[in-house]
Formats: sequence, C-alpha cells, structure tokens
Amino acid sequence: MSGVCLRHIPSNGSCTIREVRAEGELGHRIRELGLIPGARLSIVGRAPLRDPVAIRVRDYTLTLRNSEADYIFVDVVDGNTIEADRD
Amino acid sequence: MTNLLVGLAGNPNSGKSTLFNALTGARQRVGNFPGVTVARHEGAVCRRDAVINLVDLPGIYSLSAFSEEEVVARHFIMDEKPHLLVDIADATALERSLYLWVQLRELGLRTVLVVNMMDELHRSGRLLDCARLSSLLGIPVVPTVARKETGLTQLLDAVVQAAQGAPPPPLVIAYGPELDWMIEELARKIERNDFLTTFYPARLAAIKYLEEDGPILTQGRREHPQLSAEIEELARQYSLRCRSSFGESSASLITDYRYRYISSILGRGVLSTDSHIRRLNLTDAVDLALTHWLIGPVVMLMVLYATFWLTISLGNAPMGWIESLFGLLGDLGREYVPAGLLQSLLVSGVIDGVGAVLGFVPLIALMFLAVSFLEDSGYMARMAYMLDRLFRMFGLHGYSIMAFIVSGGIGGGCAVPGVMAARNLRSPREKIATVLTAPFMSCGAKMPVFTLLAAAFFPGYVTGTLFWITLASWGFVFVAAKLLRTTIIAGPSTPFLMELPPYRLPTCKGLLLHAWERVWQYVRKAGTLILAVSILLWAAMTYPGLPEQRRQHYDHAAATIRDRNDLSAEEQSAELAALEAGRAEETIRHSSAGRIGQALEPISTLAGFDWRTNIALVGGLAAKEVIVSTLGTAYSLGDIDLENSGMLAQRLAQSPEFTKITAVSLILFSMLYAPCFVTVIAIGREIGIRWALFSVVFNTSFAYLAAVLFYQTATALISLA
Repeated sequence: MSGVCLRHIPSNGSCTIREVRAEGELGHRIRELGLIPGARLSIVGRAPLRDPVAIRVRDYTLTLRNSEADYIFVDVVDGNTIEADRD
Repeated sequence: MTNLLVGLAGNPNSGKSTLFNALTGARQRVGNFPGVTVARHEGAVCRRDAVINLVDLPGIYSLSAFSEEEVVARHFIMDEKPHLLVDIADATALERSLYLWVQLRELGLRTVLVVNMMDELHRSGRLLDCARLSSLLGIPVVPTVARKETGLTQLLDAVVQAAQGAPPPPLVIAYGPELDWMIEELARKIERNDFLTTFYPARLAAIKYLEEDGPILTQGRREHPQLSAEIEELARQYSLRCRSSFGESSASLITDYRYRYISSILGRGVLSTDSHIRRLNLTDAVDLALTHWLIGPVVMLMVLYATFWLTISLGNAPMGWIESLFGLLGDLGREYVPAGLLQSLLVSGVIDGVGAVLGFVPLIALMFLAVSFLEDSGYMARMAYMLDRLFRMFGLHGYSIMAFIVSGGIGGGCAVPGVMAARNLRSPREKIATVLTAPFMSCGAKMPVFTLLAAAFFPGYVTGTLFWITLASWGFVFVAAKLLRTTIIAGPSTPFLMELPPYRLPTCKGLLLHAWERVWQYVRKAGTLILAVSILLWAAMTYPGLPEQRRQHYDHAAATIRDRNDLSAEEQSAELAALEAGRAEETIRHSSAGRIGQALEPISTLAGFDWRTNIALVGGLAAKEVIVSTLGTAYSLGDIDLENSGMLAQRLAQSPEFTKITAVSLILFSMLYAPCFVTVIAIGREIGIRWALFSVVFNTSFAYLAAVLFYQTATALISLA
C-alpha cells in the first residue's frame, strides 16, 4: 500500500504525507518547504481551472500544480472520501 | 568604531524588506549582485560604537543553490564572509522559517534570529516563548513587528553584542542511525585530506556531498579533481544504500531530519495555543471569495482594469506637464540658439529625444506603485495562482500576467515598466518568454499609429478596430511564447511551488522606496544611453543634408514667394508652408534614414510598404509615436501633431499605393516589430544584452513574416475574387 495521490484528495480534506516520490530539484524543493513524510496537510482550495491546488501545511499556504502533486502520496485522515478520478 | 558586515536573510514574505527599510530608511544604496540581475540593497546603521553595514539578501527558503537567489546568497556568505547573519523568521510559519536558519548554522555562521510579525501570531491565538527558543537554539532571538518598527533597537543591540563574541561552533544535529555513520565516514576522509576545510566545516562538507549540492561539487572538482571524484563516488554509493534500505535518497533523508530537529525544538514548550483568543483567519475567509472559480476571475479582471485605469488617468496630467516643460525648453532653444545644425541637434535631437523618454516617468512611477501594492498585499500571488493553468499551456507562468497588463494588455500601457514587472518571475525560461513577448502589447505609443490607420481605412469603426488589435496582440503573444518555448527556450516548466502569503496592508515607506528605485534606474538610463541614441537617430534623419544646389533652389523659391505682391499674407504663408514641407520630404529622402528606407524597399514591398513607410518604421525604433510624425514628414505634410492627425489620415487614404490591405499589414508590423529603444534597454537589464539584441531580430522577423503572410494572402484572395 503506497497511499493515495494528493491530486485525488477533495477540497477541505486532511491527510498525512506518506511518501514524496520526486527526485532532483523538484524533490528537493518540495521537501525543503516542509512537505516530508509525516507532515499533516489539508486542501484549502483549487484554482478556477482546478489546477494548481492550494494546501495548508506547517501553518502556511502553499500552491502547487497537479503535475507536482502527483509525486506526493498521502494517507487520508478522518475518513475523507476520495474523489473519483477526474482526469 | 567597529565596522560590521551583516547579511539579512530570510524567506520571501517574511517582512525582510520591511525590516531592512525600517532599519536603514532612505539611506540605502541599490546595486546588483555580481553577474546577476538580482538587486542588492545595502545600508549602514550606527549603534553604540559600531557601524553595521546591512546587506539585504534576496528572499530564499533554503541555501540549496538551485535558483539565482539562492546562488547569490551562497556567494555572499562564502565570498564576503559577513560577521553575522540576521535571519528573519515569519512567526506565523516558524517551522518552515527555521529550515533556513538550520542551514546557516550548519555552516557555522554567527546568527541572530528575528521572529517577525509577532502581532499576527498573537492575533491567530498563539504564543511564542522567545527566551526559551533562544536558549534551545543557543543564539539571540529578537521578537519584532517590522511594519510597526518595534523591536528594532533590541535587534541592533543583539547584533552588536553577538558580533563581538567568539564564533560559535557549527550546529550539529542528529541525522539518525541511517545517516550519521555515513556523514562521519565522509567527514573523516575530508578532514584527513584537508579538503575544502578552509571553506566548509568537514562535517558540513560531508552532508553537502550527500545532498549532491551543486556549488560544493563544482568547487571540490576544481580544488582536487581526483579526491573529489572519490568522495562523490562514496557519497553516491551511500545514497544508493539509503534508497534500497529506506526508500529515500540521502538528500531527502537529510531534509527530513532537519525538519525533525526543528519540530523537536518547537515542541518543547516554545509554541503554545492561547485558548482565550478565538482563532480568526481573515485571509482564508477573503480567499473563499477572491479565489472562487467564478467570483475570483471576475474580481481579478476588475482589479486589473482598475490598476490600468488609475495609472493612465492619474499619469496623464503629470505626463502633460513634462511634455509642456520640454516643449518650452524646445521653444527656448529655437529662440536663443541660432537656426542651423546646432539648433536642430539641440531641439530635435537632445530635447525632444530625452523629453519623450522622461515623459514616461510618471507612468512608470504609478505603474510600479500599483504593482508593488498588488505584490506586497499578497494579491499578486493569487492572480498567478488563478491564471497559471492558462498561461502554462503557452509556456508562460501565472506571474507573467502583470508584465502583459502593464505593457498594454488592455491597451495603452508601456512595455518599459512591463518588462521590469517581469522581475517578479522566478522561473528563468518563463521570464525570458514573457519579457520577449510583452512588447507585442498595444502600448500607449502605438495607439496613435493604430488610431491613424483605423481612422484612415476603417472610418466609423475605429474603436472596434482598436479592440480587435488588442485581442490580436494577445493572440500573437501566446503564439510567439509557444514558439519560443518549444524551440530556443524549450524545457520543462519550472516547478510552481508558490506561497500564498496572508493578505497584508503594504507599508507606505516600502511602496515609495520601491517605486523610487525603479524610476531612478530608468531616469539614469535616459541621461546616458538614451541621449546618445536620440542623437544618433537625429543624425540619421539629418545627414547627409540636401546638396547645395537643391538648397539654393528651395531658398530661391521661398524668396520668390515672399516677393510676390499678388498674394495675400495668408496665401503667401500657405505657399511657403507647402514649399517647406516639400523641402522636408526631399531632405528626409536624401538623409541616411531615407536611403535606408529606399534600400529596404525591395524587401518591404512584399509586405506592402514603400520607402516612406520604411523611414517611419525605422524612426519607430526610437519610440513608436515617431512613426506618425515621420510618416507626416515623408508624405510632405510638415510637422504632424499626434492629437490631430486627420490630414495625414486623409492623405494616406487617398494615396494609391496605400490600401486597406497595406494598412492592416502595417498595423500587424508595427504591433510586432522590434521593441522601441528604451524597451530594448530594459530587456537588456532584465535578462541580458544578448536577449535584448535577440528581441530586436526575433520580433522584427516575426513581424515581417506576419505582415508578408497577411499581405500576400490577402492580395492573392482579392485578385482571385
């Protein structure tokens, strides 16, 4: 079990990061901003074209594109339902 | 007196610039860090018996040296060896802010930690025990509210005091059973060989090798290629081992452990929640509306339009004053300097040239005030967030929006501040694409050209034509951006990891300093390079003058008209004006610019332009509004007033070689071809002189292609019909 992709977490959903699969610069950037395994995050909202996504992590709001969110796998907290795959 | 060099480091949006402005006030110098366009702000503050030279480093989240800003910060720390670094942390996002501090301390630097925005922290219902944080971190911690200028003297005292003590040993944090032995192994090897130890503590060098840190790899290879290769190989093996045993690379594990260290510190009673205050998050509430899928874009359009409208309507009056001032100077020049070449140089070259450039100053100042406001308030980040998906399809970035709007995306902006507004873009490829295409927009100087042609060839449909022109320029921006991003600046889009900072009211001081700095840069350019080019263009349109015999012919003809008694005074002056206009046409035809125009005719006829249009377009290289006045001269109408080009419109509409198709072709060409000279300079400043030259060649070729394609297709279709 490798968790759920961050892209599929609905707005207002909370989750815990299980794994960040990005390597190189992107992987480094994501982690340096505090998105590391074990970190709690919640989805604040999505841009009008449903991409990028805004998340709340470590007391601040960060936005990232869906293509970047695809590298982040999470465990869902509080039994949020998973949105059907839209793409 | 002791002189202290102190760097100011911190995350973007941590209030770093506000703190720097509060400490140094107007006594700051602005320059550039060597080799890059990142601005360097410096200022001196006196406290006790020390002079503190503060250098404001660009906002960074880490020292990993991927971005230009991070490289700049690293260079400053390694090369200039500051006595101390003041690290500014955002109190409301302390965990993330401390990541940079950990890296600074691992380098063994003296630091003072500023915890800024304490007021916001309290409002959000949290308490921070600064004394406890200070004792746990082992460094001075100063709470501040930079925008209210509280905590500043305490900060300066802490800086002076900390700078005097012995340098602290580098911070050593535990990297767990996975990494610690690897770090020790590598550090031993590094220490034994005395490798890079003058620059980095051995343990840190080992960590950096495990992180595959770019700067240290380069430096190591230079210092000792063989040893460096051995260490790199060892680090690579270790990293592979990490991946196979723990599923993560050594670099990732290092980041994880730094955050674990920070969490453990903050968990020890440093941060607590004050249950008496109800947590109120205004930003989240506002964002529900401002980034809503429907309300968000509507509000954004209104904000963009308001920005544009305010700038233009407020800027118009002072622009008029500057123009009249230079008009007055020109009149004085004509009155007191004897007629002839010197007068012409002074009036047409220097005064008109510099006047045209300085006329933009109020517009630029207002535009920057507005842009700074949007940026410092946090709204700019929301616009980038909402538009990113659309812009990314064309290889641009959400942040490109401001550059396009300011350049004339709604019609009537100016590409000079537009290109400068692209400075907010942190992704290099997207920034180049933005800067190169922003000059396609309908800037205020192109509007008279478009208005003239629309009035001449589409009478009664001028507004509609202008609307379609603006729309077309957006289309061309997207096409050209896509073209550039799939060819010479191809490459994946830069990661869009952007913070949405809380909404904050910008400080007046910050806004004014910001606008002043950019205006001053622009004015300085006007005084030097732009003056030189104005003179050059004047010379091209003046030399070589008419041959002696033609001049005598005109002088003679003028004398004949004056001597005629059968004409009334009005008729006489009308005939004289017609004669002088003819002389002007012949003079310009005979000048270097005229010759260039004629030489270009074989190529330009493919797009439908004759030599007169060519001269006007060459003149437009200086400033686009010159196109109209030069066309006037070339069509022997004498001086054309920009506001009143009706006569020229009539003349163009009647001239047989000028058709509707030619007009559209000319509109296309003047929309797209080489940016005006001042913009080229601005492009050079932002992305380098090579790109500036490239923009001249690329935009002109692009424009030519578009114009020829249109002209030939349209002509062929007409002849078929």
